[in-house]
Amino acid sequence: MHELPVTEGILKTVIETSERNGARRITAINLVIGELSSIVDDSIQFYFDLLSQGTLAENAALHFRREPTIVICLDCAHRFNATAPLESQCPQCGGAHLQVKGSRDFFIESIEVEDEDTGR
Amino acid sequence: MKIPVVKNILSANDQIAADNRATFDELGVFVVNVMASPGAGKTSVILATTARLPSDVRPGVIEGDLASRIDADTIAARNIPVVQINTGSGCHLDAPMIRAALPQLPLQDIDLLFVENVGNLVCPAEFKLGANLAVVVASAPEGHDKSYKYPGMFAAADAVILNKADLLQVFEFDVDYFRRGIEMVNPDAPFFPISCRTGAGMDAWLAWLLEKRQSFAEDRNQSIVV
Ligand SMILES: Nc1nc2c(ncn2[C@@H]2O[C@H](COP(=O)(O)OP(=O)(O)O)[C@@H](O)[C@H]2O)c(=O)[nH]1
Ligand SMILES: [Mg+2]
Ligand SMILES: [Zn+2]
Ligand SMILES: [Zn+2]
Repeated sequence: MHELPVTEGILKTVIETSERNGARRITAINLVIGELSSIVDDSIQFYFDLLSQGTLAENAALHFRREPTIVICLDCAHRFNATAPLESQCPQCGGAHLQVKGSRDFFIESIEVEDEDTGR
Repeated sequence: MKIPVVKNILSANDQIAADNRATFDELGVFVVNVMASPGAGKTSVILATTARLPSDVRPGVIEGDLASRIDADTIAARNIPVVQINTGSGCHLDAPMIRAALPQLPLQDIDLLFVENVGNLVCPAEFKLGANLAVVVASAPEGHDKSYKYPGMFAAADAVILNKADLLQVFEFDVDYFRRGIEMVNPDAPFFPISCRTGAGMDAWLAWLLEKRQSFAEDRNQSIVV
């Protein structure tokens, strides 16, 4: 929904970081996105391809690592992955006392760059 | 070569939210970010709450819902200072929008500032504004599965209001089922079923809100920015 400003933010950060490190080109950007965050990978990719043209980040690969949402059943301790809409019952025991350990994190973990002098 | 970054992607927004909060703290303004679907009753809850405030707690409103002045005019008609943010096609408020709106508000004369966010249960939760509390308003006609469908929003709430409680039976709304969905992601959030129509439940919500404001006034370092 709001991936355009989000992508602008990513680009700004990665370009600043690589300039500070004297990099010539960004080859990859590693993003971590919690499954409970509303960010859509494809939209980020779409805006990124557009906005990165002519910058250090042009043609960089975007790697999305999705942090899963884990649901723990308080009745039988069963653990399972979930996405919205969440289940209201434990698939193992049918219990309705569930606890979500999900993350809404959304951060740039690292970037991969080619060096100014070595070209690597 | 790999360079670690480990930077929150919304950190530029978070920084401005922290600046907003510093401004509010300095002036002693307590701020509530009100989030909900369109029509859940954000404006109604804000109006019903301001109508019940003790006279020494002076309200103000930042109106962010829709590119119209209807809600802002309703609020202004009650002599409450209000500023309308026109987000256009924007799906959420962000900290810079709040920052830009502040000069238009008499902050010195406001003790409790409500921010009516854009009607949307998805992304407003991800953009900090600089508020003290984030409150999510759900309503009976929306159905009791909202907490399962939008876990991110309910996880971000410091309190959940269930509005239009006068319509619970009409919509066969299962309150326990709805609550279990909230508890899955946010076991500590207080839950207030209310009706802006009848006034039911308003006392409990108001008491909690004023107590939060009080405890913040006593210890400004305790609260996190939302
Ligand atoms: N029955 C009933 N209707 C309500 C209640 N609160 C608000 N409404 C109605 O719901 C509609 C939307 O309310 P509004 O406050 O404008 O929602 P917003 O879009 O979230 O700001 C209006 O027609 C209100 O009169 C309530 O407690 N009970
Ligand atoms: Mg409204
Ligand atoms: Zn179980
Ligand atoms: Zn948005």
